[in-house]
Amino acid sequence: MTIDPADRVTAPRLDNQDSALFGQTPSQTVGPFFHYGLPWKGGADLVGKSDMGARPELFPEDHYVLNLSSPTGTPEGEVIEVAGRVIDGHGEIVSDAMIELWQANAAGRYASDDDTREAVPRDPHFVGFGRASTDADGVYRFRTIRPGRVPGPGNSLQAPHLALSVFGRGLIKRLATRLYFADGEGNDVDPILNAVPEARRGTLVAERKGDGSWWLDIILKGDNETVFFDL
Amino acid sequence: MSDVIPYAREDAGSPPSLFPDYGSTVARSPREPLIRVPQTLTEVTGPSGWDQLMGPALADLTTQHKSPPLGQRIIVTGRVLDEAGRPVPYTVMEIWQANAAGRYIHSKDNWDAPLDPHFTGAGRVVTDAEGRYRFITIRPGAYPWGNHKNAWRPAHIHLSLLGPAFATRLVTQLYFPDDPLIEIDPIANAVPMPYRQRMVCRFDIGVTEPNWALGYVFDVVLKGRNQTPFEEGQHDH
Ligand SMILES: [Fe+2]
Repeated sequence: MTIDPADRVTAPRLDNQDSALFGQTPSQTVGPFFHYGLPWKGGADLVGKSDMGARPELFPEDHYVLNLSSPTGTPEGEVIEVAGRVIDGHGEIVSDAMIELWQANAAGRYASDDDTREAVPRDPHFVGFGRASTDADGVYRFRTIRPGRVPGPGNSLQAPHLALSVFGRGLIKRLATRLYFADGEGNDVDPILNAVPEARRGTLVAERKGDGSWWLDIILKGDNETVFFDL
Repeated sequence: MSDVIPYAREDAGSPPSLFPDYGSTVARSPREPLIRVPQTLTEVTGPSGWDQLMGPALADLTTQHKSPPLGQRIIVTGRVLDEAGRPVPYTVMEIWQANAAGRYIHSKDNWDAPLDPHFTGAGRVVTDAEGRYRFITIRPGAYPWGNHKNAWRPAHIHLSLLGPAFATRLVTQLYFPDDPLIEIDPIANAVPMPYRQRMVCRFDIGVTEPNWALGYVFDVVLKGRNQTPFEEGQHDH
């Protein structure tokens, strides 16, 4: 603790409503106690109706007030499971992190009003957004649809990918990263992967396991540290 | 075909990921610098239809159980704006907080302060067409934590906003005026002055309702977007 009380600015203090301070609201950590406030049951299941994503064992049941995303039907496309550990700079698992997912549907269209490409169909049963708490073993796990390719800068086409945000105690701001698939079409020409030094690209590429699921560890710090983006 | 209009990058008020006074950041912040990449359709889109995801609003955290919770009833209201001061309409704000004694309804919070069976401390609101939101809760208490000797978090409400795009995602904490703990709190101090004060709400007698609840105003400003696409080289630094 090196904050010196002598450095403190005393009154008059400004606040949120002072126009001289107007600008981006700064980020703060989610802390360790977000589980009853953010990750809802089913938040990590973008396909079915399971309870994936929540940690309801961490608070009494009568304090569960989050919604239940209830899919209205089955989305188009290949159902995949994507999982991995979150690991800190000591090589230890992080069991109080939360991962958010944003992705296109199987046709490569985002379920967003800002994706205006009428020629690529939306899927009424696919939102493309999810949340997964890491479990007691530090593992996040999503069930989702393998996304299609979406446009990149200029005339480029991006390889199939998931956009991920990492939140947790000790993360003052979210860390933004991506997950690509080892056999993904266009990985070699993907404009974002190509902006990453070659030696580190592998930290963004999930491998397929024997059971068909995809696995990618997110290493917050240290050897083989995951690439995080300055958006 | 798809040169997107990017959102602004962080401004000077953005905290670092590594702030050693906040001990947990040391092992959990990247050692390598963040890699700057162009924003694509992925980063400038985000989920629409928040209620499809999260269900109806829960704007009153004091009526979720059989009886009212203990504590000072408060109203928190304000707007969600972009950096040009334009409202961000129909966007979700999620809320969670400790009870009036500073205790969270979470099994890993084992501080010796009472739980309140009538208070969960979680809610969500959506902004209206003018970007306005309003919720009712009780003022949370300060609580101790293990970061350093005699460490106490200032009273705060956790706020989570998606905004219009992946690029605008924000989780922050709202602090209260005249709380002496703010200036010795490593998490708040990760944000440099004067920007730290952006996270301090303002008491407002106009928002305060007679014989019922104190009122506080807090605007949230999300990353904004230029009106036209610009070249990567035009970014400052
Ligand atoms: Fe907190």
